[in-house]
Amino acid sequence: MPAVQQGPELLGSALAVSAILFSLGVAGVLLRRNAIVVFMCIELMLNAVNLSFIALAQQLGREGHVFVLFVMAVAAAEAAVGLAIIMAIYRHKQTVNLDKVNLLSG
Amino acid sequence: MQVVNFWLFSGIAIISALLCITRRSPVVSAMWLVLTMFSIAALFVILGAQFIGAIQVLVYAGAIMVLFLFVIMLLNLGRGEPTDLPGRLGSLIMLGVGAVLAVELWAVTRIVPDGAIRLPAGTMESLVEQEGAVGAISDPLFRDYLVPFEITSVLLLAAVVGAVVLAKRRL
Repeated sequence: MPAVQQGPELLGSALAVSAILFSLGVAGVLLRRNAIVVFMCIELMLNAVNLSFIALAQQLGREGHVFVLFVMAVAAAEAAVGLAIIMAIYRHKQTVNLDKVNLLSG
Repeated sequence: MQVVNFWLFSGIAIISALLCITRRSPVVSAMWLVLTMFSIAALFVILGAQFIGAIQVLVYAGAIMVLFLFVIMLLNLGRGEPTDLPGRLGSLIMLGVGAVLAVELWAVTRIVPDGAIRLPAGTMESLVEQEGAVGAISDPLFRDYLVPFEITSVLLLAAVVGAVVLAKRRL
Protein backbone atom coordinates (compact mmCIF):
# COMPACT_ATOMS: atom_id res chain seq x y z
CA MET A 1 0.00 0.00 0.00
CA PRO A 2 1.55 3.32 -0.99
CA ALA A 3 2.03 5.91 1.72
CA VAL A 4 -0.69 8.54 1.56
CA GLN A 5 0.59 12.07 1.52
CA GLN A 6 -1.18 14.36 3.98
CA GLY A 7 -1.30 17.87 2.66
CA PRO A 8 -1.28 20.88 4.94
CA GLU A 9 -4.93 21.50 4.01
CA LEU A 10 -5.93 18.38 5.97
CA LEU A 11 -4.01 19.77 8.96
CA GLY A 12 -5.99 23.00 8.87
CA SER A 13 -9.33 21.21 8.56
CA ALA A 14 -8.44 18.75 11.32
CA LEU A 15 -7.62 21.67 13.62
CA ALA A 16 -10.90 23.33 12.61
CA VAL A 17 -12.89 20.17 13.43
CA SER A 18 -11.02 19.97 16.71
CA ALA A 19 -11.93 23.58 17.52
CA ILE A 20 -15.60 22.95 16.70
CA LEU A 21 -15.74 19.85 18.89
CA PHE A 22 -13.97 21.67 21.73
CA SER A 23 -16.43 24.58 21.52
CA LEU A 24 -19.35 22.15 21.57
CA GLY A 25 -17.86 20.66 24.72
CA VAL A 26 -17.50 24.12 26.30
CA ALA A 27 -21.09 24.96 25.36
CA GLY A 28 -22.27 21.71 26.92
CA VAL A 29 -20.39 22.38 30.15
CA LEU A 30 -21.84 25.89 30.35
CA LEU A 31 -25.39 25.01 29.37
CA ARG A 32 -26.17 21.69 30.97
CA ARG A 33 -27.00 21.32 34.65
CA ASN A 34 -26.86 17.55 34.82
CA ALA A 35 -23.49 16.66 36.36
CA ILE A 36 -23.13 13.48 34.28
CA VAL A 37 -23.73 15.31 31.01
CA VAL A 38 -21.23 18.00 32.07
CA PHE A 39 -18.75 15.21 32.63
CA MET A 40 -19.39 13.74 29.20
CA CYS A 41 -18.78 17.18 27.69
CA ILE A 42 -15.41 17.33 29.45
CA GLU A 43 -14.55 14.01 27.83
CA LEU A 44 -15.59 15.51 24.50
CA MET A 45 -13.20 18.43 25.04
CA LEU A 46 -10.34 16.05 25.86
CA ASN A 47 -11.08 14.16 22.66
CA ALA A 48 -11.01 17.35 20.63
CA VAL A 49 -7.57 18.16 22.03
CA ASN A 50 -6.42 14.63 21.18
CA LEU A 51 -7.56 15.20 17.62
CA SER A 52 -5.41 18.31 17.28
CA PHE A 53 -2.44 16.47 18.82
CA ILE A 54 -2.80 13.73 16.20
CA ALA A 55 -3.22 16.21 13.36
CA LEU A 56 -0.08 18.11 14.34
CA ALA A 57 1.88 14.90 14.95
CA GLN A 58 1.67 14.30 11.19
CA GLN A 59 4.15 17.10 10.67
CA LEU A 60 5.86 17.62 14.01
CA GLY A 61 6.77 14.07 15.00
CA ARG A 62 5.41 11.06 16.85
CA GLU A 63 5.66 12.61 20.33
CA GLY A 64 2.11 13.83 19.73
CA HIS A 65 0.90 10.23 19.74
CA VAL A 66 2.62 9.63 23.07
CA PHE A 67 0.94 12.67 24.56
CA VAL A 68 -2.44 11.40 23.38
CA LEU A 69 -1.82 8.19 25.32
CA PHE A 70 -1.07 10.25 28.44
CA VAL A 71 -4.20 12.36 27.94
CA MET A 72 -6.25 9.17 27.67
CA ALA A 73 -4.75 7.81 30.89
CA VAL A 74 -5.53 11.06 32.72
CA ALA A 75 -9.05 11.05 31.24
CA ALA A 76 -9.65 7.52 32.48
CA ALA A 77 -8.44 8.39 35.99
CA GLU A 78 -10.53 11.57 35.97
CA ALA A 79 -13.64 9.70 34.85
CA ALA A 80 -13.28 7.15 37.65
CA VAL A 81 -12.76 9.74 40.39
CA GLY A 82 -15.36 12.15 38.98
CA LEU A 83 -18.07 9.54 38.74
CA ALA A 84 -17.29 8.45 42.29
CA ILE A 85 -17.73 12.09 43.39
CA ILE A 86 -21.03 12.28 41.51
CA MET A 87 -22.22 9.13 43.29
CA ALA A 88 -21.20 10.61 46.65
CA ILE A 89 -23.09 13.83 45.84
CA TYR A 90 -26.15 11.87 44.78
CA ARG A 91 -26.11 9.87 48.00
CA HIS A 92 -25.89 13.12 49.97
CA LYS A 93 -28.33 15.32 48.00
CA GLN A 94 -30.52 12.86 46.04
CA THR A 95 -29.83 14.90 42.90
CA VAL A 96 -27.08 15.50 40.36
CA ASN A 97 -28.43 18.90 39.30
CA LEU A 98 -25.47 21.27 39.66
CA ASP A 99 -27.74 24.22 40.53
CA LYS A 100 -28.85 22.38 43.65
CA VAL A 101 -25.31 21.51 44.74
CA ASN A 102 -24.43 24.84 46.38
CA LEU A 103 -22.89 23.82 49.67
CA LEU A 104 -20.05 26.34 49.33
CA SER A 105 -22.17 29.34 48.33
CA GLY A 106 -23.14 30.09 51.93
CA MET B 1 -10.74 9.66 -1.04
CA GLN B 2 -8.86 10.47 2.12
CA VAL B 3 -10.33 13.96 2.16
CA VAL B 4 -13.86 12.71 1.48
CA ASN B 5 -13.60 10.21 4.33
CA PHE B 6 -12.18 12.91 6.58
CA TRP B 7 -15.10 15.26 6.02
CA LEU B 8 -17.63 12.42 6.25
CA PHE B 9 -16.43 11.39 9.71
CA SER B 10 -15.93 15.00 10.78
CA GLY B 11 -19.55 15.68 9.90
CA ILE B 12 -20.73 12.64 11.86
CA ALA B 13 -18.59 13.66 14.84
CA ILE B 14 -19.83 17.26 14.89
CA ILE B 15 -23.51 16.40 14.39
CA SER B 16 -23.50 13.69 17.03
CA ALA B 17 -21.62 15.98 19.45
CA LEU B 18 -24.30 18.62 18.84
CA LEU B 19 -27.02 16.06 19.52
CA CYS B 20 -25.11 14.89 22.60
CA ILE B 21 -25.20 18.32 24.25
CA THR B 22 -28.82 19.05 23.31
CA ARG B 23 -30.60 15.81 24.27
CA ARG B 24 -32.45 15.95 27.55
CA SER B 25 -31.94 12.37 28.69
CA PRO B 26 -28.41 11.50 29.87
CA VAL B 27 -28.66 8.02 28.35
CA VAL B 28 -29.42 9.42 24.89
CA SER B 29 -26.57 11.94 25.33
CA ALA B 30 -24.20 9.12 26.20
CA MET B 31 -25.23 7.15 23.11
CA TRP B 32 -24.55 10.13 20.85
CA LEU B 33 -21.22 10.67 22.59
CA VAL B 34 -20.28 7.05 21.81
CA LEU B 35 -20.94 7.78 18.12
CA THR B 36 -18.74 10.89 18.41
CA MET B 37 -15.94 8.83 19.94
CA PHE B 38 -16.15 6.29 17.13
CA SER B 39 -16.00 9.02 14.47
CA ILE B 40 -13.00 10.60 16.19
CA ALA B 41 -11.33 7.17 16.18
CA ALA B 42 -11.94 7.04 12.42
CA LEU B 43 -10.40 10.52 12.10
CA PHE B 44 -7.34 9.28 14.02
CA VAL B 45 -6.94 6.42 11.54
CA ILE B 46 -7.33 8.80 8.60
CA LEU B 47 -4.66 11.06 10.08
CA GLY B 48 -2.23 8.14 10.30
CA ALA B 49 -2.59 7.14 13.97
CA GLN B 50 -4.02 3.63 13.63
CA PHE B 51 -2.95 2.42 17.06
CA ILE B 52 -4.39 5.49 18.78
CA GLY B 53 -7.63 4.91 16.89
CA ALA B 54 -7.85 1.36 18.26
CA ILE B 55 -7.07 2.59 21.78
CA GLN B 56 -9.73 5.27 21.37
CA VAL B 57 -12.37 2.65 20.60
CA LEU B 58 -11.22 0.40 23.44
CA VAL B 59 -10.74 3.01 26.17
CA TYR B 60 -13.28 5.71 25.36
CA ALA B 61 -16.12 4.00 23.51
CA GLY B 62 -15.55 0.79 25.44
CA ALA B 63 -14.49 1.49 28.98
CA ILE B 64 -15.27 5.11 29.84
CA MET B 65 -18.70 5.27 28.23
CA VAL B 66 -19.71 1.98 29.86
CA LEU B 67 -18.65 3.53 33.17
CA PHE B 68 -20.88 6.55 32.45
CA LEU B 69 -23.85 4.37 31.51
CA PHE B 70 -23.27 2.24 34.58
CA VAL B 71 -23.43 5.29 36.86
CA ILE B 72 -26.54 6.60 35.05
CA MET B 73 -28.18 3.22 35.59
CA LEU B 74 -27.04 3.01 39.22
CA LEU B 75 -28.42 6.46 40.07
CA ASN B 76 -31.57 5.90 37.98
CA LEU B 77 -31.12 9.11 35.95
CA GLY B 78 -32.69 7.88 32.71
CA ARG B 79 -35.29 10.65 32.62
CA GLY B 80 -34.06 14.14 31.82
CA GLU B 81 -34.89 17.01 34.13
CA PRO B 82 -37.03 19.84 32.71
CA THR B 83 -34.70 22.53 34.09
CA ASP B 84 -31.70 21.08 32.34
CA LEU B 85 -31.71 23.30 29.25
CA PRO B 86 -31.94 27.01 30.13
CA GLY B 87 -33.57 29.48 27.75
CA ARG B 88 -32.48 33.11 27.47
CA LEU B 89 -29.21 32.83 29.40
CA GLY B 90 -28.45 29.70 27.41
CA SER B 91 -28.74 31.47 24.07
CA LEU B 92 -26.48 34.27 25.34
CA ILE B 93 -23.87 31.69 26.36
CA MET B 94 -24.20 29.98 22.99
CA LEU B 95 -23.67 33.34 21.28
CA GLY B 96 -20.46 33.91 23.26
CA VAL B 97 -19.15 30.42 22.58
CA GLY B 98 -20.01 30.84 18.91
CA ALA B 99 -18.05 34.10 18.72
CA VAL B 100 -15.02 32.45 20.35
CA LEU B 101 -15.38 29.53 17.94
CA ALA B 102 -15.40 31.87 14.93
CA VAL B 103 -12.14 33.49 16.07
CA GLU B 104 -10.66 30.04 16.76
CA LEU B 105 -11.59 28.81 13.29
CA TRP B 106 -10.12 31.90 11.70
CA ALA B 107 -6.87 31.35 13.59
CA VAL B 108 -6.39 27.59 13.37
CA THR B 109 -7.06 27.23 9.67
CA ARG B 110 -4.15 29.59 9.04
CA ILE B 111 -1.63 27.65 11.12
CA VAL B 112 1.42 26.52 9.23
CA PRO B 113 4.02 24.88 11.49
CA ASP B 114 7.38 26.58 11.39
CA GLY B 115 9.69 25.07 8.82
CA ALA B 116 12.48 24.63 11.37
CA ILE B 117 10.48 22.17 13.49
CA ARG B 118 8.48 20.52 10.74
CA LEU B 119 9.54 17.03 9.66
CA PRO B 120 10.24 16.41 6.00
CA ALA B 121 7.17 15.18 4.15
CA GLY B 122 6.57 11.45 4.52
CA THR B 123 8.72 11.00 7.64
CA MET B 124 5.87 9.59 9.73
CA GLU B 125 4.83 7.22 6.95
CA SER B 126 8.34 5.82 6.57
CA LEU B 127 8.65 5.50 10.36
CA VAL B 128 5.42 3.48 10.45
CA GLU B 129 6.69 1.33 7.58
CA GLN B 130 9.97 0.67 9.39
CA GLU B 131 8.76 0.07 12.93
CA GLY B 132 5.05 -0.69 12.52
CA ALA B 133 2.17 1.40 13.80
CA VAL B 134 2.69 0.27 17.40
CA GLY B 135 6.47 0.39 17.32
CA ALA B 136 6.48 4.00 16.15
CA ILE B 137 4.63 4.97 19.36
CA SER B 138 6.17 2.54 21.82
CA ASP B 139 9.73 3.49 20.93
CA PRO B 140 9.50 7.07 22.29
CA LEU B 141 7.03 5.98 24.99
CA PHE B 142 9.41 3.46 26.56
CA ARG B 143 12.61 5.37 25.85
CA ASP B 144 12.21 9.14 26.15
CA TYR B 145 8.97 9.17 28.12
CA LEU B 146 9.57 6.22 30.43
CA VAL B 147 9.42 8.27 33.65
CA PRO B 148 6.12 10.01 32.74
CA PHE B 149 4.77 6.59 31.77
CA GLU B 150 5.62 5.17 35.18
CA ILE B 151 4.14 8.23 36.89
CA THR B 152 0.94 7.55 34.96
CA SER B 153 0.70 4.17 36.66
CA VAL B 154 0.96 5.89 40.06
CA LEU B 155 -1.79 8.30 38.96
CA LEU B 156 -4.04 5.42 37.96
CA LEU B 157 -3.40 3.67 41.28
CA ALA B 158 -4.29 6.88 43.14
CA ALA B 159 -7.46 7.17 41.02
CA VAL B 160 -8.49 3.60 41.84
CA VAL B 161 -7.95 4.13 45.58
CA GLY B 162 -9.68 7.52 45.44
CA ALA B 163 -12.70 6.14 43.57
CA VAL B 164 -13.11 3.33 46.08
CA VAL B 165 -12.79 5.70 49.06
CA LEU B 166 -15.27 8.19 47.57
CA ALA B 167 -17.87 5.71 46.40
CA LYS B 168 -17.85 3.39 49.38
CA ARG B 169 -20.47 4.18 51.96
CA ARG B 170 -18.32 3.32 54.92
CA LEU B 171 -14.81 1.91 54.91
